[in-house]
Amino acid sequence: MFKIVKREEMSQGTVILNEIEAPLIAKKAKPGQFVILKANENGERIPLTMAETNPAKGTITIIYMVVGKSTALFRDLKVGEGYQDVIGPLGKATHLEKVGKVVCVGGGTGVAVLHPITRGLKEVGNDVTCIIGSRNKGLLIMEEHMRAASHDLRICTDDGSYGHHGFVTDVLQEVLKGGDIKLVVAIGPVPMMKAVSSITKEFNVETMVSLNPIMVDGTGMCGGCRVTVGGQTKFACVDGPEFDGHQVDYDELILRLRAYQEEERKCHQDYCTIRDAK
Amino acid sequence: MSEAADKKVQVARVAMPEQDAKVRARNFLEVPTGYTVKMAQEEASRCLQCKKPGCVAGCPVNVDIPGFIDLIAQGDMTGAIRNLWGKNALPAVCGRVCPQEVQCEGKCIVGKKGEPVAIGNLERFCADYEREHGTGELPPKTAATGKRVAVVGSGPSGLTVAGDLIVKGHDVTIFEAFHKPGGVLVYGIPEFRLPKAIVAQEVNFLERLGVRVQCNAVVGRTVSLDELFEEGYDAIYVGVGAGLPKFMNIPGENFVGILSANEYLTRANLMKAYKYPEVDTPIPLGKNVVVLGAGNVAMDSARTAMRLGADSVKVVYRRSRDEMPARGAEIHHAQEEGIELFLLTNPTRYLGNESGRLTGMECLRMELGEPDASGRRRPVAIKGSEFEIACDLCIVAVGSGANPLLTSETPDMKLNKWGNVQADEKNGKTTKPGVWAGGDIVTGAATVILAMGAGRAAADSIHDYLTLGW
Repeated sequence: MFKIVKREEMSQGTVILNEIEAPLIAKKAKPGQFVILKANENGERIPLTMAETNPAKGTITIIYMVVGKSTALFRDLKVGEGYQDVIGPLGKATHLEKVGKVVCVGGGTGVAVLHPITRGLKEVGNDVTCIIGSRNKGLLIMEEHMRAASHDLRICTDDGSYGHHGFVTDVLQEVLKGGDIKLVVAIGPVPMMKAVSSITKEFNVETMVSLNPIMVDGTGMCGGCRVTVGGQTKFACVDGPEFDGHQVDYDELILRLRAYQEEERKCHQDYCTIRDAK
Repeated sequence: MSEAADKKVQVARVAMPEQDAKVRARNFLEVPTGYTVKMAQEEASRCLQCKKPGCVAGCPVNVDIPGFIDLIAQGDMTGAIRNLWGKNALPAVCGRVCPQEVQCEGKCIVGKKGEPVAIGNLERFCADYEREHGTGELPPKTAATGKRVAVVGSGPSGLTVAGDLIVKGHDVTIFEAFHKPGGVLVYGIPEFRLPKAIVAQEVNFLERLGVRVQCNAVVGRTVSLDELFEEGYDAIYVGVGAGLPKFMNIPGENFVGILSANEYLTRANLMKAYKYPEVDTPIPLGKNVVVLGAGNVAMDSARTAMRLGADSVKVVYRRSRDEMPARGAEIHHAQEEGIELFLLTNPTRYLGNESGRLTGMECLRMELGEPDASGRRRPVAIKGSEFEIACDLCIVAVGSGANPLLTSETPDMKLNKWGNVQADEKNGKTTKPGVWAGGDIVTGAATVILAMGAGRAAADSIHDYLTLGW
């Protein structure tokens, strides 16, 4: 068992943080890599990019939004309990290099994944502007972490309850107009990454996105996570999870992410009904 | 042939009872239900006990076939299984999944005039009898040597290496990337052909002998081969399997509803998605299913789709019936269960709707031309023969390449041009000192028994290296 040593609820209880004992993974993991978690014997294998690792303590941290049965099961795990299986670190690590001015754009729980990458980009000497957003102030996560990890933090909310009233893409456009941006990193919901990539393409600024398609093994064996990048089929689990944002076929990715939509909805509903009846 | 032998040849082979085709096509219980003691003894008595047995020569691990069959005939079931174990660590598996018709049974003299002795069925009988009635007594182990061996991958070759080396006194740990041990026996071969309880029991047998099994360990990611040496392992065996699905590379392949056989079978078998929603992993349920390919994996996929309630399942293959690489029994069982063969047919593109879901595929009719490099007649497209097959699920079972996850992290282990590990054919030694390899990662996708044969040879070589220094 992989024990949970710390648990926090964020974003009004819709987002959960778990710090998990996994010494072998913590020792090897680098920013941008992911793990696969399985709650129990009958559980599904769920890929999640790590938000933090602590090699000295032997722990990794994941932050996820509760969206279906499997994440609802994860949410019900308490400190001292644990995951039956955690596998990793998987995928390629982020290529961290000093390029100059960098903008990191995060939406939803993508902010959690963006955090170690942002910090890493700052550590190697880049000038890092960070733009994070959520629907409203209460749903925003990791504000202080992101402030510490960047030189300049901009916040957006869809309803204007905090920071800029509007989308991260509005602020991004402004920052890009300021000029001289060498790299944009965007992590969040697929429509957000698609919108960011279409803007940065106009400005001709290199853009990196991190994808989280449906997968089973995470080691290149099943091919369920295939995405079209630059007209070629890639496996996100081993060729990614990070890709050139300008080359990704987002529309195909959105359709593929819906493969089990009906099953997911029903399964989650049944789980909640049974849990609440208890 | 003597008169007595001639008489034996006239005796019909004892058929193994099976679930009725109509019933089993909709359940996941094992298809053949096994011999009774009486059936096994009757079948065993058909063996001619040849002085120069062709069957043994036909077996990749040279099981003493007349020997164990004679013990069954005499009613000494314990002796029979002990005899089998001498050459084969996984008889319950091999009896079920070996391609006997081209190996042992293909060489059986009885088969020249009549039906060959049912060697596979008898092997399975011995293993099942031992599991159900045996004492559970473990084979003797040599005194501990103090040497540590890491086995990477818990498929048939890894399990064979572990079993061989543990009884020779070495300390053995298996590293498995998945959350359950067994490799292809667990994620690939379906429950109705190889019950998972049997694989679990084989692994448990090794654990009782002292083998440690560490799951969730992705060697190449969680830990590297060099780190294993740093941790104090004296030798490493790499048996990670093929594990890289091949696709058709035709337009539309990323429509929802097109899965590699690896994904489809892993969902069904390892994740037990056939029990969904009792378990959490879903599996696409097709009404009209097409399986591309004609090997055992294709048959397993087709039969799984039928069991999951499909209205129709078509196996689409570009060559003819004679070239189908699947075991004869699998093709026979599949057809009995209502699976249709679309031979000399090659898909050219997938068709989908606005939601990105598969609705069908366009195919071409083929005819056989001149023999190609494989010696098989090359399929050639018939011009203007395009036609459409409607389908909502397609499983691509056209083979597996070498998964680069471990090998790309191990630059000093040389690969061939296909990305398979270069290993000495006789002993499995790789170009990296202290590292052996065998099974599909060396040969490309092959059979369970060939992987076990490679494991056996490597285990002998590792034992020599650990005890004698070469």
